[in-house]
Amino acid sequence: MLEAVDLQCARGERTLFSGLGFTLRGGELLRIAGANGSGKTSLLRIVCGLLAPTRGEVRWRGDDTRRLREEFWRQLVYIGHANAVKDDLTAAENLMVACTLAGVKVSGDRVCTALRRLGLAGCESLPARVLSQGQRRRVALTRLALSEAVPLWVLDEPFTALDAAAVEYLQEMTAQHVARGATVVYTTHYEAPIAAAVSLRIDLGAAAGESTGRE
Amino acid sequence: MLAALRCVIHRDLLLAMRRRSDVLTVLLFFVIVVSLFPLGVGPEPGLLRTIAPGVIWVAALLASMLALNRMFAADHADGTLEQMLLSATPLGMIVAAKMVAHWLISGLPLVLMAPVLALQFDFPQQSFGVLMLSLVLGTPALSLIGAIGAALTLGLRGGGALLALLVLPLYVPVLVIGTGTVEAAAAGLGAGAHLLLLSAFLVVAAAFAPWVVAVALRISVE
Repeated sequence: MLEAVDLQCARGERTLFSGLGFTLRGGELLRIAGANGSGKTSLLRIVCGLLAPTRGEVRWRGDDTRRLREEFWRQLVYIGHANAVKDDLTAAENLMVACTLAGVKVSGDRVCTALRRLGLAGCESLPARVLSQGQRRRVALTRLALSEAVPLWVLDEPFTALDAAAVEYLQEMTAQHVARGATVVYTTHYEAPIAAAVSLRIDLGAAAGESTGRE
Repeated sequence: MLAALRCVIHRDLLLAMRRRSDVLTVLLFFVIVVSLFPLGVGPEPGLLRTIAPGVIWVAALLASMLALNRMFAADHADGTLEQMLLSATPLGMIVAAKMVAHWLISGLPLVLMAPVLALQFDFPQQSFGVLMLSLVLGTPALSLIGAIGAALTLGLRGGGALLALLVLPLYVPVLVIGTGTVEAAAAGLGAGAHLLLLSAFLVVAAAFAPWVVAVALRISVE
């Protein structure tokens, strides 16, 4: 389903990686590992189409994602470093906007149920300004609970700022999503294993391309 | 798709309602700049009447430029812009929706305030309609052109000054035609031709600017 072919990424003078490729089918999980500055976030941004690779292309179901554009983005959820949570909107409003933009239809009730499941009961109608860093991260991740039908999740350091209970919940949610036949690509520094039938790992910084290993 | 557009407009208006100070800053800037001229130039009705269209238009132009910085900066800082770039709705459409909201917040108040300020210049009252109409057509064109600059300078250090340098020369044609409209009306000539030219400007800007802004945003976010 998701295929990266001969990707190269250069930021300024530095080449972060080159000749990187992988193929993911439905129901497969890919973890991208590597030291700080090894290009994990850049790789995820390339996969999403936020960043153009200096060489190579990303294909979704055989077609170049840069040609598919909205067609591809409809089938993608990207949770980046920034939480994409507006300070002046409430948690529920933030999620309604995010889902509508992503082309996912949700009702207010579903949003509240999802927020409650992520331990944000009582925070639905508070402005995000008053939430803690971890709570905002939870709001951002609630989008995943509302995007169960979306076949590709790309998560950049999803566990940052979360407490143990939330980490566990997110692991479980991701594992369930992969089990449903979806594809998940993520980066993390935490040792938080996610159960999946097929789990791949790419180590950036090591000789790229040869480091793709099936765990 | 319409749902997404309505959602973006609603979101931006809601954000403006919850942060009213931002909206008021622009409006007060407009009021103060226009009011400085009668104080500085002196109480000579003939002169004030002559400079009124130019002063009001230049002040509206500067005020609308003041509001440009905010158009994408906040969304860029908190990551919501990234989500818009990855939206299922074409980015150009989302940008167009944001422009509509932006004009309602920062352009419409200027239009409504203009006749009140024009009183300070002993501006003929029968021309108030034309003054407002010229601003109704002109300020959205300014916002549309300015948005291109705002998108290009997004995330740059000292982007504010650069934005002004980039955008002000492009504002010149709108300014010339805009003040021309009001002057023609005040002189008792028909303003029809000028208004048509302004409308043409607005139509062209509305048709192309959102797509150019979309491309510029993708470049800036990279």
